[in-house]
Order: sequence, then structure tokens, then C-alpha cells
Amino acid sequence: MTDLMENTLEEDTQKDRFLTFLLGNETYGIEIKYVTEIIGIQAITQVPELPDYIKGIINLRGNIIPVMDVRLRFKKEAKEYNDRTCIIVININDVSIGLIVDSVSEVITIPEENVVDPPKMGNGFNNRYIKHIGKVGDDVKLLLDCEKLLTEDELEELNESL
Amino acid sequence: MPAYNNEPLLEMFVFETTQLLEQLEQVIIHSEQSKSFGPEEVNEIFRIMHTIKGSAAMMHFKDISTLTHKIEDLFYFIRDKEPTYIDYSTLSDIMLESIDFIKLEIKKIENGGKPDGDSLPIKEKIDKFLTFISDPNSQANKSETEEKYKKRFKTTIFFEEDCELEHIRAYTVINDLKNIVEDIYYIPDLEQSDSAEIIQKAGLQIWFTTDRPFEEIHHFLSKTIFLKHLELVELEENKNFNKYLNKTIKAQQKITDTSLEKKDFEQSTYMVSSTQNMISVHVAKLDKLMDLVGELVISEAMVTHNPDLEGLKIDNFNKAASQHRKIINELQDIAMSIRMVPLAATFQKMNRIVYDMSKKLSKEVKLKIIGEETEVDKNIIESISDPLMHLVRNAIDHGIESAEERKTKGKAEIGTIVLEAKNVGGDVLIIVKDDGRGLDKKKIFTKAKAKGLINKPESECPDQEIYSYIFLPGFSTSENVTEFSGRGVGMDVVAQNIGAIGGTVSVDSIPDQGTTITLKIPLTLAIMDGMIVKIGNASYTIPTLNIREAFKPENNDVITDPDGHEIIMIRGECYPILRLHELYKIETSTVEISDGIIVVVESEGKHLCIFVDALVGEQQVVVKVLPKYIRNFKKIRGIAGCTLLGDGSISLILDIADLIKH
Repeated sequence: MTDLMENTLEEDTQKDRFLTFLLGNETYGIEIKYVTEIIGIQAITQVPELPDYIKGIINLRGNIIPVMDVRLRFKKEAKEYNDRTCIIVININDVSIGLIVDSVSEVITIPEENVVDPPKMGNGFNNRYIKHIGKVGDDVKLLLDCEKLLTEDELEELNESL
Repeated sequence: MPAYNNEPLLEMFVFETTQLLEQLEQVIIHSEQSKSFGPEEVNEIFRIMHTIKGSAAMMHFKDISTLTHKIEDLFYFIRDKEPTYIDYSTLSDIMLESIDFIKLEIKKIENGGKPDGDSLPIKEKIDKFLTFISDPNSQANKSETEEKYKKRFKTTIFFEEDCELEHIRAYTVINDLKNIVEDIYYIPDLEQSDSAEIIQKAGLQIWFTTDRPFEEIHHFLSKTIFLKHLELVELEENKNFNKYLNKTIKAQQKITDTSLEKKDFEQSTYMVSSTQNMISVHVAKLDKLMDLVGELVISEAMVTHNPDLEGLKIDNFNKAASQHRKIINELQDIAMSIRMVPLAATFQKMNRIVYDMSKKLSKEVKLKIIGEETEVDKNIIESISDPLMHLVRNAIDHGIESAEERKTKGKAEIGTIVLEAKNVGGDVLIIVKDDGRGLDKKKIFTKAKAKGLINKPESECPDQEIYSYIFLPGFSTSENVTEFSGRGVGMDVVAQNIGAIGGTVSVDSIPDQGTTITLKIPLTLAIMDGMIVKIGNASYTIPTLNIREAFKPENNDVITDPDGHEIIMIRGECYPILRLHELYKIETSTVEISDGIIVVVESEGKHLCIFVDALVGEQQVVVKVLPKYIRNFKKIRGIAGCTLLGDGSISLILDIADLIKH
């Protein structure tokens, strides 16, 4: 019983909180409830026969985690990794994956009223992964749909193979 | 909610009750098939029901305890009065229904819910059955039983002072007595270490039921060797017998009380020696143990292959290190074997399924089990239980034809399903074979074509390929959906479940003769011997099991065939060469044959030469599966998993069978 109550409390404290990171000039945000940890860039072991945005796997304290380069995922130009490059490890439905980003910004709270749906812009590739748009002061943060990020691959894979 | 506070107690209850129910199921099915419920079986049923009743009552599960009480009453009657006419089929049905009811309630409890099922309908059935068999309508019964009036006796036997080995003599007495009486209870329990002393001091006390006269029993017991003193007493009527027994035996026997007082006295006197040598361990502890042993193996490698030690001449250290290695190997072997469980329990569960289905579908099917003592890791047992059920169901539903059809085909009327398990190399093979009508190749092909899965004509598809389509989701050639199958869900679940534990499923079939489905499951998921090889900057591991030899090739050893494939001659045989750096698009400067190493590998009789840059060394590696994300993405050709090397880097493990296939 108490477990159940604790869970709902936890969710409340995590609601509306986003971890923001930078990719080029844009700031993206992920719901904090999916983020397990943030680590600096480390040695990546390549795994063959995977799309180019899946860089490979890393050894995180004994756990094997796949890493995805978000730049390549969003079809941007690849950038060399430096000491600001981070891996954000997220966990959705028991599937863990690390996202390689240019740099990590901060954790901010974006209340519901400042969150709007993204504009339906034709075939903007990124739009698929953008769940909402968050307004923070004058800035605009693109809030990612993590589940789509992980699962949309299958459709893509099929499309590519055709 | 009090139930939640008793978590460990609840778990124990669920575990024990489930085990008892499985035992009970087996007893019932075997008894029904041999059309007899002998005294041993009745006693076992009684004992199980009594235990479950006690524990359910303690956990306040009223419906379960009252139901088992009713069954107890029923079997008490059967044991006591021995009615000559019992409809075994109905009895089995009632029992199985009760078992199912309790199983369902247990499931609810397991999932954290409350057992709210109502056992009243089953209890009423039992009442009706009991009334029927105790009915004076079988008047003949009653008069017979009155003649076979059973007497209860108690005897105390004292042996001569220095006869030694009193417990062995006691055993002989009891064994001999068993042949002429029923229902023997005795103190002390002969398995106890101090039984001999107890017999010396208090004598061997035996309670039993018999219809033989007093004089006969007395005469029989007086013939015991080394008998010093014999007491024989005829006891009062039945009704209080058990209560009396209960009280006296409980008082006299030291019952080592664990937190679970549910064990009743019958269990302690009938204690089978094997249960005393077994201990139940929480699986979480075993998992932790396995993980730690795995890490120990890695850290041992890190110590003995430490770069700091490179080049040093340290003979004493090396000796100690190899001793260290030996001990760790042994530890690892034992840790692995702890988790190994024989497949017997899983296979026996299939008995119930065959029984139920053959009844419902009116097909006579016999289940033959071979190799059930084969052991597999506990995790694997849980993952194959469901797939096996699907396969057995399919075999009976689709495979085995009706008795008439079989007769016209000239086959035995009773269909046979063979469940076999055996160890082959590093894998366990589980085979489900039926002698039914086999797979319909044409139907499968047409269905597959209709679903757009095949584009080639039938002649170009090998049989195996066509048969393998049955594993696709949503695939079924059934025209209608029955209670058991036809939705096309079964086979792909099987393939998925087996794939999840790293195994493979294959199917073969001969029309009208039968279908064979083979599950191949890797035995040791965790630790294996591997040869680390380098290709460019990447490190790969080849299982030592598959390696035949390795050597440095010369350029002119290699021949290129018209298709552009490279082959090499080794002692007169030709083998194909696989350039891993080309297959996996790895950047490496070693492209010339003479610069690298060839590793000859073999799997299932076929050979392959793998071209790598260099051999790093042989090592024990802890196998880890590739992350879920990647596995969900696609199955990567030739990669079985990955492992962490001593320096923390990752090495991908090659799946030789897969590489050879392509």
C-alpha cells in the first residue's frame, strides 16, 4: 500500500521536469522520468550491421548499453566528440539506451500551460520525435518523444529496405 | 491487509502448495490410468490434502482449506471403508477440478490479489459423490466391509540389550509387518540418527490396522530376532484413532519446529530421506551468486593478465596464479550446477495436458518421455514450460489424427508423442515428436504466398524453409479457431520465447508419418572458453568449442573461385574463407592473407576459415546478451552476444553456426 502511495508522489515530483541538452543551436528536452544517468563520452565498441546513428555499445559498470548519436538520428552533420560531449542514459519500458549529445544544459520545470503542440510542418523529419514545444521565458525548447525515438526505428528499417 | 505483511510466509505457501499440487496431479493421473487408487496413493493424496488444508487455514484462505477438508473426508472414507465400487473417472475429474480451483486461487495470491473463488460448487460435487459411494445402494459393499472388520493394534517391541543396530532390526520388523497389515505408523523415525538409542530406551512403537486376529499378529511378532519384550494391545474404535495417534506421537517426538508449523505428523513419520538432504534457496540469492562468480572470473583474469606483470619472470607467482585459477574453475562449475534443475518436473507437467486434451478431443494419445533427468539452468526451465505446452497442444490438436483416420492409414490407434531431452555439445536438445499427419507443405506454401511472404515458386523453396514459416506471427493454416489453437499465436510465441534465451527452433516433418520439432538451447548461458581475436581496433571472441586449429597462411595457399569466393586447401580438403573485416565493414590495415591469421572453426560438421588480424589469447569469458534495444532491432548475423574483457573493453562473441549458415 505504502509503495503505491510513494510511487504516485514520486511521479508528481518528476512531472513537468525536463533535462535539456544542446544539439548545435537547438535545445531539446527529455522528461526526467526516463533519464537514469548522465556520463561523459567513453570508448564505444562498434557493432556491425546497424544503422549509422547507432554507434555501438558501451560498458557501464558491467552493464552493456547501446548508444545512439542523436545528431545522426536527426540527420544533422556529425560533429567530433569533445570533452563536453555527454551520454544521457534513458530507460523506457525496460529498454536502456544512451543518447550522445553535444552538451547537457540543466533540469528545468516547464509547467503545463507553457507546453504546446508542435506545428504540423509538412515532412519535417524532426517533427516525428518532437512531442511538444516548451516555452521558457523567451526561449523555445523542443521536447522529445522518447518512445518514438526508440520504436520508430522499425518502420524506418522497413522503409529503407524497400 | 494482513496478507502483505506475511510476504515471505506467503511465498513459502505458494511454493510449497504448488509443488504439492503438481505431485498430486501426477498421482491422480497415474492412478486413473491404471484404474486403481491403492493404499499408498490414497495415503499420499490424504497427506497432501492435509498439509494444504493446514497451511491454507493458517493463511486464512477459507475456501481452499474447506475444500481440502472435504477431499480429506472423501479420501478418509475411501481409505477407511474401502468401497469396492468407485467410479475412478468421476473421482479423477473431481480431483482435477479441485486442483485447478486451488491452482487458480494460488495464481491470484501470487499476483498480490485475494483468493476470492467460491469452492462451494466443487464441495457440493464432492458431497454428492461421497453420498453416492457410501450409499446403501451398494448394499453388497456395506455387508462386505462389515465382515472385513478392521482392528487397530499397538505394539511395543524391545530388543535385547547388546543386539546393536536396533534401527536396522526395527526396519526389518516393520517391513515384514507391512505385508500383512495396513496403515503402519511407528516411532521413532528410523531416519533419525538417534533412532537406535530411542528404541533401546522406549522400544519400537508401532500402530497398525489389520483384519487378522490378535493371536496371529502376536505369533508373528514373537518370531522377531533378538526380541526381549513384546507388548501387543488392541485399540479402540476408529473415530478417535487419528486424534489419539496425533497426541501421543506429537508428545513423544521432538518436532523440530521451523517457522512453519504446517508440517503435520504424518509427514514426519513418512519422511523420505531425500527431502532431508535438500534445501530450498531463493532464486535471487542464486542469481547474485552467479553474478559474483562471473565477476570473480573477470577479476582473476585482470590480476593474472595484468599489464604491470608483462615481461616479468615470476615463476612462484605463476604457480600460485594457476592454483588460483584451478580453484576458481571448480567454484564456477559448482555455482553453475547449483542452478541446474532436471527437466523431469516440466516434462511431467505435460502429462496433465495430454490427459486433458485427449479426453476433450476424444483422441487417445500416449506420452513417452525420454531423458528427463537432463538438467538445464533454472531460468531456462521457466522459459520453456510455456513453449512446450504449445507444442504438445499443437501436436495433439493438429498432428494426431482421430482413431478412425489412423486406422484407415494403417497406424496404431493410439497416437504417440515423444518428449526427449539430451545433451549435445554445449547445447540441450528438446525434441517434441508426434506420429500424426505431419505438416501440409502445400497449405503452408499457399498461406505464405497469400501473406506475401514468398516470391519464389514452390519448387525453389527447400522443405525446411517452407516449414519454418509456421513460426511467423499470425500464421495458421487452420480453417477454424478452436479452444486450443488456430489463432496463429502459438508457434511464434514459441520461437520468441526460445530466442529470448538464446536458443533456436527447427521443424521437420514427413507427411502422414509425423512432425518433429527441435528446440536447441545453449546450456551455459553464462561462462565459456573463448579465443580473443583482433580485427582492426575491434575485438571479437570465438568460442573455443568451435575452434579446430589456427595458423598463419601463405598467399599462394588461397584460391579464388569463379564467383570471387576465396577458398583454402588444408591437408587435401577445401574450406571457404570468411573475411570478417569485409563482412562487418571494420577498418583494418591487415588485408593481405599473409599478414593475418586463419582460424578454422567447425559447427555441426561444417567447416569455415575465419580471417582475422591477430590472436590475442584464450580466456574464460562471461557471456552477456546484447542489449534489448539491439536485439529488438534486428538479429545481427553471426553475433551471439558480447563479453567484457579484463581491461573493461567489450568483445563481440561470434555465432559460428550462424556464420556458417550464411
